[in-house]
Amino acid sequence: MQFPGRRKKLIGSSQNDLYDHCLQFYGQPPLENISLTEFETFAVERLKLLKTVENLGVSCVKNSEQYTKKLDAEISKFFFNKEDGISEYEKRRKDHISHFILRLAYCQTEDLRRWFIQQEMDLFRYRFNDLHSKHKTDFLHKNNLKYETVSAEEKKSLQDKLIASSYGLSGTKVEEHDVYKVPFQDALDLVRTRKVYLLAGNAYIPHHEIVTIVLNDFRTRLSKALAMTARSLPAVQSDERLQPLLSHLSHAYVGQDYSIQKNIGKISLEQIDALSGKSFPLCMRHLHKALRENHHLRHGGRMQYGLFLKGIGLSLEQALQFWRSEFVKGKVDADKFDKAYAYSVRHMFGKEGKRTDYTPYSCMKVILSNPPSQGDYHGCPFRHSDPELLKQKLQNYKVSPSGINQILELVKGMHYQLACQKYFELTHNVEDAGFSLNHPNQYFTESQKLLSGGRDIKKEVDMSQRSQENPASVTRPSQANSKQAHEEMGDLDSFFQDE
Amino acid sequence: MSTSDYDPACLPDLLPLYYRRLFPFSQYYRWLSYGGVSKNYFQNREYQSFTTQNELEKEMQKMVPYKIDIGAVYSHRPSQHNAVKSGTFQALEKELVFDIDMTDYDDVRRCCSAADICSKCWTLMTIAIRILDRALREDFGFHHLLWVYSGRRGVHCWVCDDAARKLSVAARSAVAEYLSLVKGGEETVRKVVLSDPIHPFINHSLSVVERYFQQYAIVDQDILGSKESVDKVLAVLPEDILSFPDLAVSFKDEKDPMKRWNLLCDLVLRKKSNSKKGGQYFDKEIMLQYCYPRLDVNVSKGVNHLLKSPFSVHPKTGRISVPIDLKELDTFDPFEVPTISLICEELEKPRAEEAEEDDMKDKENEQEAGERRRIRDYKRTSLAKYVKVFDRFLEAMARSRKGEMLKKSDLQKDF
Repeated sequence: MQFPGRRKKLIGSSQNDLYDHCLQFYGQPPLENISLTEFETFAVERLKLLKTVENLGVSCVKNSEQYTKKLDAEISKFFFNKEDGISEYEKRRKDHISHFILRLAYCQTEDLRRWFIQQEMDLFRYRFNDLHSKHKTDFLHKNNLKYETVSAEEKKSLQDKLIASSYGLSGTKVEEHDVYKVPFQDALDLVRTRKVYLLAGNAYIPHHEIVTIVLNDFRTRLSKALAMTARSLPAVQSDERLQPLLSHLSHAYVGQDYSIQKNIGKISLEQIDALSGKSFPLCMRHLHKALRENHHLRHGGRMQYGLFLKGIGLSLEQALQFWRSEFVKGKVDADKFDKAYAYSVRHMFGKEGKRTDYTPYSCMKVILSNPPSQGDYHGCPFRHSDPELLKQKLQNYKVSPSGINQILELVKGMHYQLACQKYFELTHNVEDAGFSLNHPNQYFTESQKLLSGGRDIKKEVDMSQRSQENPASVTRPSQANSKQAHEEMGDLDSFFQDE
Repeated sequence: MSTSDYDPACLPDLLPLYYRRLFPFSQYYRWLSYGGVSKNYFQNREYQSFTTQNELEKEMQKMVPYKIDIGAVYSHRPSQHNAVKSGTFQALEKELVFDIDMTDYDDVRRCCSAADICSKCWTLMTIAIRILDRALREDFGFHHLLWVYSGRRGVHCWVCDDAARKLSVAARSAVAEYLSLVKGGEETVRKVVLSDPIHPFINHSLSVVERYFQQYAIVDQDILGSKESVDKVLAVLPEDILSFPDLAVSFKDEKDPMKRWNLLCDLVLRKKSNSKKGGQYFDKEIMLQYCYPRLDVNVSKGVNHLLKSPFSVHPKTGRISVPIDLKELDTFDPFEVPTISLICEELEKPRAEEAEEDDMKDKENEQEAGERRRIRDYKRTSLAKYVKVFDRFLEAMARSRKGEMLKKSDLQKDF
């Protein structure tokens, strides 16, 4: 006997069908059309969120109060819509679409995939844990995770065994909360460490542990999906509108690009030596030192340092004077400088608008492109220096041994920007940099802000005078600094907007 | 003597006889071909693969393998190996296997070392089989386990459930780790660490060990007899137990090892009640360190790993790798396991009258003759009872497969 095919009933509006839970596994790609603007905005905003997830994951203990507060704030920012609030549907839609766009940008290499998966997992874990218990179970069912709950009788009969097998289980917990029965193949981490009760091939998992299982599932699915995405990427990249966006994303710099000069001429050449010790990130301090010592820098170093100097406010005339005076001390005479090198300095200060090549390099660019070879001094010391040499350098710069260790740990974990941020914190004697480091010029600006004790940029002149007179007075009590830094965080948004 | 003297030099003469008249091909083939998937073997380091029993028989009789190792089921027949790109070969299915080797216990057995075994240390295998068999069945839900004596100094376990054959490498490794309690190599003195709460699996295992510990460890291995072995036992204890003044004195006065053991347990209890820290189980740790099964995780993990086949002949001892009947586990004696010399000798014994009648029948029907003769042949030898164990194992598998198929067709049936 054959039954006619069951026709699907249309339940409610199609919107509700699509997003029936605030969380999702991102199984189905979005099918609608969106504008390029929305495409880019969604992607950039999710990227900011993921970078915060990464930053917090390294600097705070996960699930500590600090962590939850900060991550909560960032998530709210992500879902925030400046106009009259944002509907639940629109939130979920943004979540959905932004995730899939970032997949395109982050599927291409093993490193990018690993990073993306890690942050998405941490974000998912946070949001899942935040769910009400009922919604957790809801989510499991809606996603075909065949995890049955154990009946009350069975729970009672197994109570002692359950308590003896699972961490953090008590009699009351067993009674009040669900215990899930899961095929042992889906709970390998718990089986391997014998942290779960097994019976007849099933693992009995208490409610609070189910998230580990769910996360493993999430990771597996995302990993497979990214591999598939990578295969279909060439088709996407051939779309001229998308290609620059995507490659920009994966070399993610999502803040100010310092191409428009502010404070031109506010810094005098005599200040540069002092500034290099106090407010330059390590890469630029390194380059400056090499320039002073060798009276020369190769092309890569000239570009990286020269554009940075432009970004902090050197005028074209100042720049020419700076480079010429240094090179002339070396093997290059004034004429040769004017013929060969001056041209490239002027180029850096190109006339027309934003030429991407001639904007000061972001950290991502420094880290990922053009690695230095013998005789080069550019690049990111945290990425490109041998850890031993890095250690020595930091010792020379009087960084404390424990601080050096912290930095080296971050370097080992490939968190180069966070290592530099840590360097900032140690050299400025603050506990929390108060910003997420993405750009060498940002480092400089933040440093100047901190040292001058205020937002007002005009104070820089006073400050630099002060620092000349009193180089040792840079440190302030760390409490005051971090408080300031915290207040300033709120204002940081304006820095990310073009003026 | 129940076993003939085995001389490895005779192996070349005995092996052809073994494969012609004694090796239980039909059962073997049945085992290997469930699911209709062809298996492949290594013989003399060459790939062979077979799709019918006849093929298998002919090949093996021709090759007269000295070693048969069984590997995974591959997605393409290996003879096409060169024609197909290497990336497409994937081990699809392989039993979950465990290998317990007596040499892994050398640091805790005094009677023998290296390749030697004796009836005293064989108890370790008994304990291992009991603990692992229970866990694999009750905790992991497996049903079809074949325990095989390796022929010299250990046992193997083949878990043949469908679910087991489909396990990923990660899953196999997780199962093996779950079952592992003794950790650490030569540098580690205290190899078992227990803390609260004690997992039910450990409790089950402890109850098995406790059944055998007194006879095996205290009496047979005499671990608390000589000063040397006492020191070894005490080496795993912490300073504060060792510093109990009672300990040194009592051990001096008390020579009876059993009493010494009881003393030790008392001390542990005393320390436990005195200490703020809960969960000190040094006595249990000692029992586990001396008795708990030691398995090689890598053997179980590897889908491409090879393990010696049941019913192969061990070249050094001549013993057949026979299935072990768990119902008779406590009386299993590795030295009673027939050697190839013995069973070949038994073959030559004068036959009973019924045998002559069978001969007549054979002449009438040559086709089945070979089969029948072989069945009669091994039945006349000491190999018979071991083939029966294998038969029972295969029956159980066949029954459950039938059950599965019925279930499947029920679900798919049109009404």
